[in-house]
Amino acid sequence: MGGFTTQFIVALNVTIGLALVSGCLGTAFGLFLAISKGTAQPRLNSVVTAYTTVVRGVPELLIILLIYFGGTTLASKIAGRYVEVNAFTAGVIALSVVFSGYATEVFRGAIAAVPAGQTEAAKALGLNAWQRWMFVIGPQMLRLALPAYGNLWISLFKDTALVSIVGLTDIMRVAYVGAGSLRAPLTFYLAASALYLSLTTVTLLSIRLAERRYPALGR
Amino acid sequence: MNLGLMLDALVVLPSGIGLTLTLTVLSLTAGFLLSVPLAFMRAFGRPGLSLAVLSYTYVIRGTPMLVQLFLLYYGLGQIEAVRASIFWVILRDPFWCALLTFSLNSAAHTTEILCRGLQSVPKGVTEAATSLGLKRFQIARLVTFPIAFRISLPAYGNEVVGMIKGSSLASTVTLLEITGMARQMVSTTFAPYEIFIVAGAIYLSLTSIAVKAIQLLERRLSTDGHPVHRRKPRLRPALPDHEITTPPLP
Repeated sequence: MGGFTTQFIVALNVTIGLALVSGCLGTAFGLFLAISKGTAQPRLNSVVTAYTTVVRGVPELLIILLIYFGGTTLASKIAGRYVEVNAFTAGVIALSVVFSGYATEVFRGAIAAVPAGQTEAAKALGLNAWQRWMFVIGPQMLRLALPAYGNLWISLFKDTALVSIVGLTDIMRVAYVGAGSLRAPLTFYLAASALYLSLTTVTLLSIRLAERRYPALGR
Repeated sequence: MNLGLMLDALVVLPSGIGLTLTLTVLSLTAGFLLSVPLAFMRAFGRPGLSLAVLSYTYVIRGTPMLVQLFLLYYGLGQIEAVRASIFWVILRDPFWCALLTFSLNSAAHTTEILCRGLQSVPKGVTEAATSLGLKRFQIARLVTFPIAFRISLPAYGNEVVGMIKGSSLASTVTLLEITGMARQMVSTTFAPYEIFIVAGAIYLSLTSIAVKAIQLLERRLSTDGHPVHRRKPRLRPALPDHEITTPPLP
């Protein structure tokens, strides 16, 4: 493998960083959309539905290409000279968009699965809207959403490989470069698969742990 | 935004739909055929067999499809024996490599989906079939599989959509399906978002059609809930018993 071991370690950090940043941003945005879909007026509702439909109906690769190349064109137009969007930034934006699209649907389903009686009881106790979300619906909803939400993280880790196509030096990119320069594609891609497999395994195990620690209430 | 360019893209890009659909349909078919026996092994097989199938699905589902595609397309050529064998004719062609990767991927996902469906078939149903004297294969063919298929149809719909979207990866091994055509157009016109947006719209319509088709199939196959309403009731409903049936005397 030559000197590629250190490169793989750096690339592993890039992949993990990319996944964590876009996952957290996507979760925040998805949560916001799911809550606004549950409560707000029908017009906003249909906008959110359109957003999730489009994001979930278009290939992730295409979204990444659109944001990387389209973003470069847009930034150049605004700045008046050639500006290149950083591959990491483009990856974070694209993967957050994808993640939020799926997360919105997961959270929306979980909110709908919390019995209506819970909200009514909270209202009867005199809790205001903020308190209802924080103490009654939120905790129950998150527990219900946990299994599906965990699957989203696993797909997110796999989708980070696509960002290598626009030049981010993540695991996949290092494997590609290494495979080309040492003429050993099999070794390098097997190493990359092993790294991805260990990442998804760690994610899966931590989700299982979280599921056992926070099982769905009242089931 | 350049509308003329978008119209150009709208004319050029649909020629990639054929390849996208070919890849999707063929890999879904191959994946489904492969996954039915695998799902039975995974659900009802001996522990060792079940574990072997699980390790296959786990590895495939745990690694990005892009890595698998590159592993097959670039990686296998490294082995001298593969290059000397007759399979090299297939494995050096990007189309067959992509198709093989997608099929293996689809098989792994579908196996897990069907396995969950098979496991949620009520035990009483299979016991009833056994007591009727059906053989094991007959039970699997006539009872377990149809019920499991119905149960797993919604999840399988997601797999179909995922495969349509996943076929865009074929553009990374020089295939000119929708994404490949779009990337080629972008590299000559330098107008990324017009063209990628059109490509996205084409994908969106394909996935929407797939979702609608699966929903239609679900409705056609659904039996629980209202099985009687297939045909209109021929007899007039009987009068409610609290109504006076005898005409009042004059």
